[in-house]
Amino acid sequence: MVIYHFDFGSQREFIPVYLQAMKNTLLLSVVSVVLATIVGIIAGLARTSKRPFIAWPVAVYIEVIRGTPLLLQIMIFYFGIGPIINLPAWTAAILSLTLFAGAYVAEIVRAGIQSINRGQTEAALSLGLSHVQTMRFVILPQALRRILPPLAGQFISLIKDSSLVSVLAISELVYTARKINTRTLKSLEGYVIVGAIYFVMTFSLSRLAGYLERRSSPSD
Amino acid sequence: MTSPAHAVTASHTDGAGALASPMPDTIIRVENVHKHFGKLHVLQGVSFEVNKGDVMVLIGPSGSGKSTLLRCMNGLEVIQNGQILIDGIPVHDRRTNLPALRQRLGMVFQQFNLFPHLTALQNITLAPVRAKKMPQREAEELGLQLLKRVGLAEKAGAHPGQLSGGQQQRVAIARALAMQPEVMMFDEPTSALDPEMINEVLDVMKGLARGGMTMVVVSHEMGFAREVASRVMFMDGGKIVETGTPDEVFNRPQQARTQAFLSKIL
Repeated sequence: MVIYHFDFGSQREFIPVYLQAMKNTLLLSVVSVVLATIVGIIAGLARTSKRPFIAWPVAVYIEVIRGTPLLLQIMIFYFGIGPIINLPAWTAAILSLTLFAGAYVAEIVRAGIQSINRGQTEAALSLGLSHVQTMRFVILPQALRRILPPLAGQFISLIKDSSLVSVLAISELVYTARKINTRTLKSLEGYVIVGAIYFVMTFSLSRLAGYLERRSSPSD
Repeated sequence: MTSPAHAVTASHTDGAGALASPMPDTIIRVENVHKHFGKLHVLQGVSFEVNKGDVMVLIGPSGSGKSTLLRCMNGLEVIQNGQILIDGIPVHDRRTNLPALRQRLGMVFQQFNLFPHLTALQNITLAPVRAKKMPQREAEELGLQLLKRVGLAEKAGAHPGQLSGGQQQRVAIARALAMQPEVMMFDEPTSALDPEMINEVLDVMKGLARGGMTMVVVSHEMGFAREVASRVMFMDGGKIVETGTPDEVFNRPQQARTQAFLSKIL
């Protein structure tokens, strides 16, 4: 039986590289989550539409994305669609993460909207507000409060999922760890370090989400 | 149906006569309305009219279609047959601008349905500002005036969660009034209230009725009906069984079903 001997001494010189990788992972996640929120709100609203030609294509999008592995989506995006429209790896990475998280956000938004009592819509409509005004001033403000906690959970997942774009040779955390491991002839140290970095990021975010949730709940 | 010829004749009589018996001015006309929920035939050929200034109280056992009828009248429910005209405008016609029509019909719900994320005052000003494009300042003045009228001037900044049921329902009435509707519809406005809060809501409604507001009220409050209704309509099994003045319906009901219902609740 071979016991692995950790040796972090050789890692010191790579601290700036790890920090740069962390910045890249954060950038990927933040940009994707912002775009995914926009995609998700639009798709979530469309999903609740009574018109089949709006609701149906969105339902297909959500089911296909949620029913296939993200790794596969990233590769199809980059190797399949990338060459046709000349997509740089970074753009392909952000787009596939956005479409992926967008499908989950859409379901969160749909559930949030549908959790608002039907009486709210009826009261708003009976006052003479249009459907769009009802959504914008009555339903969405209430739904967003309920959406916030699961949305934070989705953001946390996205930080972890962004590791999959390492297959596109983007210098985010996992790709960087692999490279450093190769350079230092170690098989675990880099992975342990980026694992710790991921945990620090996701744990702080989940604490922040918990705080926001506690702060927004007693107001109504 | 009022014939145009008749209307002309009436307008030609002298002023005093016209005032003494003004022409009934129909605001709501319900014609042979049928409504199904799946296999359930909820409204089975309902027809009646509401004239300006009427206070029509709808009574009947639960499941008789009263609330559904009210909800059909402002287009919250579709109908399968017949038509409903508000001031001559068909509610269920695709070409009808429903939001504009609904601005003329106030609606108060059993469960109040105040917007929990807005204050009492914001609940009232939302529709005037957004749907009627009333300036914010003007809407707030109107809102405060209406809150005063329902006895809640000091609650302008309160959220619905901080108000009692009776207070919430009074805010809901003020909210509907803020659109300056021609008709106010009430769907069992006191059924969800604790007994001690019923009167504060009924008092506001009585005040409205005395002020000449046209009202259609679904209610189990027979005292209210006796006191302010100009007409009482008894519904059962999706049909109108009997209509008359409160005195006629309560004291001399003609139909066996009306008698049976009244004997149970009075």
